[in-house]
Amino acid sequence: MGAGHAHKLYRDGRSPVHALPAHCKIAAVFCFVLVVVATPRTAAWAFALYAGLLAAVAAAARVPAGFLLKRLLIEVPFVAFAVLMPFVAEGPRTHLLGLDLSVSGLWGAWNVLAKGTLGVAASVLLAATTELRQLLLGLERLRIPPLLVQIASFMIRYGDVLTDELRRMRIARLSRGFEARGVRHWGVLAKSAGALFIRSYERGERVHLAMVSRGYTGTMPLTDTATATRTHWTRAAALPLAALAVCLLGWIL
Amino acid sequence: MHVPDGFIDAPVSAAAGVVAAAAVAVSLRGARRELAATGPGAGTGAERTAPLAGLVAAFIFAVQMLNFPVAAGTSGHLLGGALAAILVGPYTGVLCVSVVLLMQGVLFADGGLTALGVNISDMAVITTAVAYAVFRLLVRVLPRTRRSVAVASFTAALLSVPAAAVCFTAFYALGGTTDVALGKVFTAMVGVHVLIGLGEAVITALTVGAVLAVRPDLVYGARGLTRPLELRTSPLAADDAPAAAPAAPAPAPAAPRRSPRRLWLAGLAAALVCAGGLSYYASSSPDGLEKVAHDKGLDTRTEEHATADSPLADYSVKDIANRRLAGGLAGVIGVAATLAAGTGVFVVLRRRKAAADTPAPAADTPAEQH
Repeated sequence: MGAGHAHKLYRDGRSPVHALPAHCKIAAVFCFVLVVVATPRTAAWAFALYAGLLAAVAAAARVPAGFLLKRLLIEVPFVAFAVLMPFVAEGPRTHLLGLDLSVSGLWGAWNVLAKGTLGVAASVLLAATTELRQLLLGLERLRIPPLLVQIASFMIRYGDVLTDELRRMRIARLSRGFEARGVRHWGVLAKSAGALFIRSYERGERVHLAMVSRGYTGTMPLTDTATATRTHWTRAAALPLAALAVCLLGWIL
Repeated sequence: MHVPDGFIDAPVSAAAGVVAAAAVAVSLRGARRELAATGPGAGTGAERTAPLAGLVAAFIFAVQMLNFPVAAGTSGHLLGGALAAILVGPYTGVLCVSVVLLMQGVLFADGGLTALGVNISDMAVITTAVAYAVFRLLVRVLPRTRRSVAVASFTAALLSVPAAAVCFTAFYALGGTTDVALGKVFTAMVGVHVLIGLGEAVITALTVGAVLAVRPDLVYGARGLTRPLELRTSPLAADDAPAAAPAAPAPAPAAPRRSPRRLWLAGLAAALVCAGGLSYYASSSPDGLEKVAHDKGLDTRTEEHATADSPLADYSVKDIANRRLAGGLAGVIGVAATLAAGTGVFVVLRRRKAAADTPAPAADTPAEQH
C-alpha cells in the first residue's frame, strides 16, 4: 500500500519492533494486558515496572514520548469517572486535603487508572508500529474468522471514503446557510445520515459486483506467506514474560 | 461507554469474551442469510457478505462522527446499534457493531483489549438484540404504515441503550473491581443512558424515516411492509375487457385493518388484570422517590395529600378487610375511572371534530367511521 493508505496512527520506521510479524505482536500485547489486569492493585511498584517495560518497548520502536502521551488522551472520559469514584464508593473513609474520601474508592480509582492507562499505552504502541494491512493479516493468522477480517478490512478501507462523504455533505449544508444549533435541526442531520446509509449500501453493492467480475468467490487470496520464526516469537514473548514475572512477584510479596 | 482494561476482573472478562465470540459466530452465519441477494440469480450470499457488511460497518463508524448539537455547545452522537439492526437486520447489525468495536479497540485504543468481550456483549449484542426484538414486536402490533415504523424505531432505540447499561451493570455485579455499591452504579448508568437513549431514539427514528422515504426496499425491518405494485387500468379499458380483470392475479389484500375495538378491548382486559390481580403482588414498600425522601428527611414537612382519607387512599378500598380484595378492587375502580375520564375527553374531542367536519363533502365521512 502506498503512503496515502497508511493510517494516521502508524509511524513508519525500521526498528526491531516494526520488523516483528503482526500476529506475534498482537498476541504479545494481548497477553501483556491480561497479565496487567490480573495483577493485585495493592502492588503499586508492579505497575511502575510495567510502565518501565512499555517505555523500553517504545524506546526500542523509536516512538517519541510526546506521540505516545498525546494518544493517551483518548482515556480522558474514564479518568473523569475514576476521579468521581472515591466520593461515591462505600467502606471506611479517610480525610485528604479536607475532602471526605472512601479508601476503597481511592484504590478502585487507582486500579482503573493504572490498568486502563497501561492497556491504552500497549495498544497505542501496537498501532504505531504495525501497518494496518499487516494488522488485519495478523488477526487472520490468529484464527479470527476470515470473513470477520474481510469485513474489518472493508470497514477500514472505506471508513475514510465515507467520512469524506460526510464532510462533503457538511460543506454542502454550510454553503447553503445551514448551521446546526440545537435539537430542532436534528431532522436535517438525520437526513444526511440516511443519505449516507443509502450511498454506502449502494457503494457496497457496486464494490461487490466489481469484485465478482474479477473472480471473487468469497475468500481473499493469500498473497504473502511470511511466517513467524522461533526468533520472532521469542522476541515478542519478552514483553509478556517479563510482565508475568512482575505479576507473580506482586502476588507473592 | 467503552469499558477500559482493569474495570472488570479477568475471569468475568474471559467469560464475556466467550459469550461475545459465540454471538459473533452465530451472527456471521445469520448475516449471510440476511445479505443474500433477493433478485433473480441470487447466490448463497456468502460472497456478498464481506463487502456489504464492511460498508455498513464503515457507515456506522462514520455516522458516529456526525455530531448532533443538543444545547449550549454540548453535542451527542449516534451509537448505531439500533439503527444497524433496523436497517440491515439483527445479525448483520451485531456483526458490524462488533467489527467497529474491535477496530476501535485494536487501532484507536478506545476500549480495552481484555474488555473487548464485555464491550461487544453489551454494546453490540444486547443493544442490537433488544432493539430488534422491540422493533419487530411493535411493527407486528401497530398498523402497517410508515409512521408506525418510525414509532417502532423510536421505541426500539430508546430501550436498547438503557438495556446495554443494565447489561454492563450485570457484568459489574459479577466482576467489578471497585467498591461502588451496585445500586449506585445501576442508578447512575441507567439514568444517564435513558437520557442518551432519548437522543439516540430521536435520531434513529428520523434516520430510518429518511431512508424509508427514498429507498424503502433497503430497510430490512420494513421489508414486509411495502405493498406489491398494483396495476390500474382506466374504466374504459376495464369495460372493454371485463373478463380480463378476474383472470389477473388478485392483488394481495391490503394489510388487514385491525379494528380499534379489538385493540381497545385487549388493552382494557390487560389493564384490569394488572390492576385487579397483579397489584396484590406489587411491593408495598415505598417507591424510589418516597424512599429517598424518607431517608433524607425530606418528607417530614410534606403535608398529607388532600385526598389521603378518601375511600381509595393508598390504592386500597377503605372498608374492606381482605387486603387482596381491597387492593384489587381499588385497582379496578382506578382503571374504570381513568378509562371513563380518557374516553370522555376523546368523545368530546371527536364530537367537536365531527361538528367541524359536517360542511365537508359526504365522501369524506366513511374515512371517519373507524
